[in-house]
Amino acid sequence: MKEITYEQVVETVSELCMSANYYLGEDVIQSLKEGIAKEKSETGVKVLEQLVENAAIASANQVPMCQDTGVAVVFLEVGQEVHITGGDLYQAVNEGVAKGYVEGYLRKSMVNDPLIRKNTNDNTPAVIHTKIVPGDNLTITVAPKGGGSENMSAIKMLPPSAGRQGVIDFVLETVKNAGPNPCPPIVVGVGIGGNFEKAALLAKEALLRPVGSVNPNEELAELEKELLESINKLGIGPQGFGGVVTALDVHVNTFPCHIASLPVAVNINCHAARHKTKTI
Amino acid sequence: MAEKYLKAPLTDQDVSELTIGDQVYISGIIYTARDAAHKRLVELLDKGEELPLELEGQILFYVGPSPAKPGAVIGSAGPTTSYRMDAYTPALLDKGLKGMIGKGSRSQEVKESIVKNKAVYFAAVGGAAALTAQRIKKAEVIAYPDLGPEAIHKLEVENLPVIVVNDSFGRDLYQEGMKKYQS
Repeated sequence: MKEITYEQVVETVSELCMSANYYLGEDVIQSLKEGIAKEKSETGVKVLEQLVENAAIASANQVPMCQDTGVAVVFLEVGQEVHITGGDLYQAVNEGVAKGYVEGYLRKSMVNDPLIRKNTNDNTPAVIHTKIVPGDNLTITVAPKGGGSENMSAIKMLPPSAGRQGVIDFVLETVKNAGPNPCPPIVVGVGIGGNFEKAALLAKEALLRPVGSVNPNEELAELEKELLESINKLGIGPQGFGGVVTALDVHVNTFPCHIASLPVAVNINCHAARHKTKTI
Repeated sequence: MAEKYLKAPLTDQDVSELTIGDQVYISGIIYTARDAAHKRLVELLDKGEELPLELEGQILFYVGPSPAKPGAVIGSAGPTTSYRMDAYTPALLDKGLKGMIGKGSRSQEVKESIVKNKAVYFAAVGGAAALTAQRIKKAEVIAYPDLGPEAIHKLEVENLPVIVVNDSFGRDLYQEGMKKYQS
């Protein structure tokens, strides 16, 4: 049994909160640069250039790439041979989030209650998703998620008869309704199957895949390609000013489901598709 | 697309020369306000009380900046999504507000109020917050410090890059731009 201390978790989460907000992934930067070559709108090209420049400034000065440093969404993959010593794992995660957001000069965007709405002043609590996995490692991913794009996400319980086309229609409808609001070019996470909450989590997890990655299942890879092409024909473009680069990528994750159901969740991420992972 | 340089606050003449798609660089004084500050401003108007700032000709930037690092003027400062301010905006436009900087579509009511009051809605590039912060030369909280990032800041900006989305003639870049590139 491997022992991991409370302090190790605090430090790791704190570092990941800062690095996720300062350093945009190379996959996203590469994709934005490819977008500059593809984009037909002059304004759209300018926007994409500004985003590449912005990522460089954020990383050079170690400041957040976006002022909305998000809800701290934390994924924990806890090896079943791991023993956390010195305190409560979730408390350690929250202490790490507070430390990272305060010491890293990140914006505190969490309110204590959805209706009372008083700022907690340290961006806690985190939204934590935990998986127990084989092995003796603890893998932590911090994925700060901005409010603008999260607000444009949607879930629908389709009848199985709606099938593949029903899924495509719902994804396109969601992206079209979102228009300029979620800061396109967007990354689209689609969760299909499971049940109500599983579909939403699948969509969120799909956003953690690298931009440019393809689903290993051939049919799903084909669906991702078709969705990306269709979204980029909507005309929304960078920031919604019109153009052909509306989405950088579409990732579809699936899970078996009930004979009566076809749940579909669409989680939209802005171009600041931020997440950083570390294994202890 | 035309490039224009403007000094804030704005005049009717400034606004009348802007059309959708123009790239505008704003210099001068602007103010920040987002959800909670808008709510308070409109509550004051409803009660007939004085506002903490004179709105005539002013530009409001919908932003809640991240905290400034030691030695910095301000933290990262990009626009937030504007529709959340729609319910409050016509009342402020009627009081003389001339410009707004945000991102995303406005309601029909806001668009009509923009035309009626000869105002303009600009979009800044959402997420380009580290770049935008470099164009902010001075920042000071002038109202509602208890709101933290949502407090009203007075900003002195130099060549802040924005795009005209809704002009005073009723045109909408989001609608026209999307139509142009639909296939």
